[in-house]
Amino acid sequence: MMTLKVNGHDHQIDADPDTPLLYALREELKLNAAKFGCGLGQCGACTVIVDGKAVLSCVTPLLLLDGKQVTTLEGLGTVETPAPIQRAFMEEQAAQCGYCIAGMMMRAQALLQRNPKPTDAQIRDELEPNLCRCGTHMRILRAVHRAAQLMDTAELTTNGQGGVQ
Amino acid sequence: MSKSRIIAGAAITALIGGAIAAFAVVWRPAIEAIGPPAPQSFDPALVKRGRDLAAIGNCSDCHTVRGGKSFAGGLPVPTPFGTIYSSNITPDADTGIGRWSEAAFRRAMRSGVDRAGYHLYPTFPYDHFTNVTDEDDRALYAFLMTRPAVHAPARANNLAFPLNQRFVVAGWKLLFLKGETYKPDSAQSAEWNRGAYLVEGLAHCGACHTPRNVLGAEKASAAFSGGDVDNWHAYAINAKSLSPLPWTTEALFHYLRQGWDPDHGVARGPMAEVVGNLSSVPQSDVHAIALYMRSVFGTPTPDRLSQASVTQAQIKSPSVQAAQADSPGGSIYAAACATCHESDRPLPYSGINLRLSTSLSAPDPRNAANIILSGIRPVAGERSPIMPGFANSMNDDQISALLNYLRGRFSNQPAWAGVEQTVRDARKSETVFLQTQPERSGAPASSMQRDKP
Repeated sequence: MMTLKVNGHDHQIDADPDTPLLYALREELKLNAAKFGCGLGQCGACTVIVDGKAVLSCVTPLLLLDGKQVTTLEGLGTVETPAPIQRAFMEEQAAQCGYCIAGMMMRAQALLQRNPKPTDAQIRDELEPNLCRCGTHMRILRAVHRAAQLMDTAELTTNGQGGVQ
Repeated sequence: MSKSRIIAGAAITALIGGAIAAFAVVWRPAIEAIGPPAPQSFDPALVKRGRDLAAIGNCSDCHTVRGGKSFAGGLPVPTPFGTIYSSNITPDADTGIGRWSEAAFRRAMRSGVDRAGYHLYPTFPYDHFTNVTDEDDRALYAFLMTRPAVHAPARANNLAFPLNQRFVVAGWKLLFLKGETYKPDSAQSAEWNRGAYLVEGLAHCGACHTPRNVLGAEKASAAFSGGDVDNWHAYAINAKSLSPLPWTTEALFHYLRQGWDPDHGVARGPMAEVVGNLSSVPQSDVHAIALYMRSVFGTPTPDRLSQASVTQAQIKSPSVQAAQADSPGGSIYAAACATCHESDRPLPYSGINLRLSTSLSAPDPRNAANIILSGIRPVAGERSPIMPGFANSMNDDQISALLNYLRGRFSNQPAWAGVEQTVRDARKSETVFLQTQPERSGAPASSMQRDKP
């Protein structure tokens, strides 16, 4: 049994310490936004935020997470009250098959928390580890710019998770 | 009275003589400026040869800011004496070498003096380039003079007095610049001599792999014994090599050509750029370099060979392989690293078995720490090995525990000292590196232009 802090709540997890965070999120906590892509930290589909930074959850065992705060896409917003990053991705229609999008949003979110006004080049550089095979890259780029504007100008979303955590 | 007059006269004569001698050492004439030659005035075959030679010389690595315009200079090169910025070697008339004649270019390569007669700092490795033939200098000149001209004024170096005075470099040259050209060894094959010519000259391998003295010159007595570059250790590539398996000519060739070798792993850090360049030059030159370097490594001792066969046996035996989660570092290894590093998938699609990694037998954990933090980024547009970085998921204590475990399990060398400090420094330099990454070129200016994907 270990305690895992996810989206602001403590969860008691019954899993071996070498279990990848991704498995604990999906199997134990039924948080299915983070996806299993390659299992080797090479595609980015499993990206979540740990203590404000983008982390590949498939190569992050639970034993590295003692005392750390994990944030998944579910922790940013909901269907009813999407976070700016989610609104932006919807408004730009950035998803095609959508498999990479949760990971894209999490890495973009981590970038925007650190750098609220990234340049195009900075976004490209940051999102480089995340692969998209449908080819919606230009929409993803626009969505991240739009999210930056939303966070800057619009009122923060009602759940208070508007990106500044 | 007359005696003191004689002494005064002698002193004045000595001073004048000294001044003339110093002037002779320091002063170099300007070479007349030319109008930038038209690109079409160069023979395309010569330009192509120059292109390959420039790749072997790794010129772009120092003379291009990451993501910036090729050969436009401006890259900060940290040295123990301060920061020196690389120069613009595009044919721009005002800020590059557009007004340099071939003679001026050759003088810079041979003796480290720019067209106007100023001494160049030896971060530009002319101590190696003295070996480059006139013919090769001509090809390099033709290549550089046909590149797009970029207007990029030099950035001021950040050096303390008296090193910020360029005449000081003349004294350094007196001590350390031999100015000899490469003399073929008739006892060796033509290929060996070709390799030696390239390694000792244009490829300037010793610039990183040979340790330097307090004045920043390569220690001739310790050639290829291992040196430092940025926050990396450039391994010993002579008989002192600590690679778990001895290097063969074919392994060297594979590594230099492909950027990785199944028995030694993946080139990374500053070496990644070198092998990236070598992948595009004539195969025969890379093989010549491998052949020569193999002779620099020397024949492995019987002791080394028996160590190597133990290592190979350990790799094949799964019972020894099983990852042990009996310590904090071991648990991290088993959970986060072994998935790739003990997967039995062949390189480059998997991690190398760490028993084969030179980084874990190296004198200090810098390279291993750098790789754990930042991983190995893919090469643009190519199939290449990659590794995720763990800077965001492991803290310094966890990485230190991991490094100590890896050293103990996968190397026969004694434990490292100062691992925690090394990890802290590596994280600092990783952050600096990422923050100084400029905007990359080649990308469209903005993704917001919807109709122009």
